[in-house]
Amino acid sequence: MKPLNKDLFNMKRLKVSLAMAFWLSVVTFPIMVIKINTINDTVIWRWGNLALIVILGLFGSYIWNYALDRMKERKGESNRLKETLSGLYQRLRSNPKVKKPVLAAVVLVIAAFPFITSMYSTSILTTALIYVVLGLGLNIIIGLGGLLHLGYAAFFAVGAYTYALLYQYFQIDFWIALPLGGLFAFLFGLLVGIPVLRLRGDYLAIVTLAFGEILRIILNNWGPVTGGPDGISRIPRPSFFGIDLKLQGSINLTYYIMVLMVVITIIVVRRLEDSRIGRALEAMKEDEVAAEAMGIDIMKSKLTAFALGSMWAGFAGVVMAAKTTKVTPDSFGLMESVIVLCIVVLGGMGSIPGILLGAFIFKIVMEYFRVFAMYRMLIFGAVLVIMMVFKPDGLIPKIRRKYTVEKEGA
Amino acid sequence: MNVQYLLNLLMSGLTKGSIYALIALGYTMVYGIIKLINFAHGEIYMIGAFTALIFASLLHYMGVNMILILVISMAFAVVFASGYGIIMEKIAYKPLRDAPRLSALISAIGMSLFLQNYVLIIQTERFLPFPRLIPDFPFLAPIQSFISSRQIVILAVTLVVMVFLSILIKFTKIGKAMRATSQDKTMSLLVGINVNKVVSVTFLIGSATAAIGGVLIATYMGQINYKIGFLAGIKAFVAAVLGGIGSIPGAVLGSFILGLTESLGTGYISSDYEDVFAFLFLILILTFRPSGILGKPETQKV
Repeated sequence: MKPLNKDLFNMKRLKVSLAMAFWLSVVTFPIMVIKINTINDTVIWRWGNLALIVILGLFGSYIWNYALDRMKERKGESNRLKETLSGLYQRLRSNPKVKKPVLAAVVLVIAAFPFITSMYSTSILTTALIYVVLGLGLNIIIGLGGLLHLGYAAFFAVGAYTYALLYQYFQIDFWIALPLGGLFAFLFGLLVGIPVLRLRGDYLAIVTLAFGEILRIILNNWGPVTGGPDGISRIPRPSFFGIDLKLQGSINLTYYIMVLMVVITIIVVRRLEDSRIGRALEAMKEDEVAAEAMGIDIMKSKLTAFALGSMWAGFAGVVMAAKTTKVTPDSFGLMESVIVLCIVVLGGMGSIPGILLGAFIFKIVMEYFRVFAMYRMLIFGAVLVIMMVFKPDGLIPKIRRKYTVEKEGA
Repeated sequence: MNVQYLLNLLMSGLTKGSIYALIALGYTMVYGIIKLINFAHGEIYMIGAFTALIFASLLHYMGVNMILILVISMAFAVVFASGYGIIMEKIAYKPLRDAPRLSALISAIGMSLFLQNYVLIIQTERFLPFPRLIPDFPFLAPIQSFISSRQIVILAVTLVVMVFLSILIKFTKIGKAMRATSQDKTMSLLVGINVNKVVSVTFLIGSATAAIGGVLIATYMGQINYKIGFLAGIKAFVAAVLGGIGSIPGAVLGSFILGLTESLGTGYISSDYEDVFAFLFLILILTFRPSGILGKPETQKV
């Protein structure tokens, strides 16, 4: 180990950073500095941007390399702070004197949220909860089954359009559409699952992507039925046993529906992880061939993972349609699938609290940073790269199940 | 059945296929070496087109001859796009080389978003008209209705790039190193191949061909914006997978099949469903040949 790497200042690193800044400024020169106005045929030279790149490149690269060096040295070493924190958490969790009041307080805050904050915040939180359900659903496919899925938004669309179309043509109520949305997404999952069964890894990713795009394009072009690019609007919000709620009331109701759905999803995913199917999926994720040799029906497991994961997207889609009262094909593009995937990976694949955190951070930051609308996606992209390099397991990594064998007679 | 119409469709399919091939090459080469779906590859193509537009406009204001503009701006596009490709690899993929595949994929998606929005913020969100750099050749006048000079140039350039690339991979030292690395990275390290360099060169070549594709499609279509890379990237990826990802002849074959399918589907069935044909075809092929047309079926071991 070179002890020098630990120092904040390091000549070698400075040289590397200088070189990086130089190359960055050279490579980005045309796009950063020159701007062509093709209408007036004028050229604007923005030399300020060059200075910006040099400074950003120098500092950015220095910090980047420093962090990389630190990370390499840390590898293997245990992180004391993290251990203390997780130990404290475990102790607090197992102490009923602490656990009960905290749980009660959390429940109270969640229940009272619409009454202590504005309608706007409730609405945003509801969207975040929808993303939690989407994240947890996708987690069944990716986190448990290890199947890379890039067309998840299509199932979300199936749910949303189920409600929208059923309402438009048959005036079906939200409460009937909700299970139907899940069912149709489940069936669509089976349908997609069948050709997908034989594929692995990246081939699977591209086929799911293809299915997602096909569905979106059909929704976009089948104007007479789906309303084309304009979609379907004036979908009613959820009703409460036929009682006519005002706007505020139905927004709150949607919120509570989502809270309930998140709770149910968490319970189901928890139970699923420990079930026979969950174990089979986990084995399949680690090694398909070995799992098959152990007597796991790979086909059945893959289909189950696909269809179950899709079903949650269907439920979430119905609520989304009811919440926004409008569905358009554009809201279910590839970008949407990528966002859900990023939520799962950023939060921590396979980890339920991680996905909760990921969805909240993503949706709430996106919503409240509307001021920086232009820079949002730029920053999001950068954050994805930085997270993957420095914390690939996500914000709250999944804790691997460990078995402790008690020695006999000990 | 109208023969003229069919021929036109075939030609436009071949043109499209060439462009896809130029992009798909980068995908498949990068995949062959580091097993990464480089989602940001389409962005490199877009950046190539933007760089070319900037230099072409500059040269145009100086009053340079059209063909010269095409050559010079394409050269600049290639140089700068390769620069982006190499730096991108250093930042977003190199630290992740031993990480799980999914991490690298997410990192690539992040890079793609970053580059798209970088061009959006620094340049513009509007469509920019791209100058028509390829003039109408007078000697083509008799067959003008069947093939345009732009199509000829695109096909010719693609052909030259393909030949050049095949020679590079088959007969040069770096090509040999690339083939070795794609077969077994650890073993290549053991026999003294500088794998980092090989990866950089792969990104360089991939970005360069993508940039050439970017310039050609921009002059063909006549306009560009920051979003063009995404769909083109996806299509090229589909083409690469269709042919069998990791295989260079496969990528070329897949691209031409994709281009022709799209063009014939659009011409004879419906233009609204252009992308659907490509994707449906992909699903069909993969259902019957799970590792693509020319891909070798992987042997699975425990």
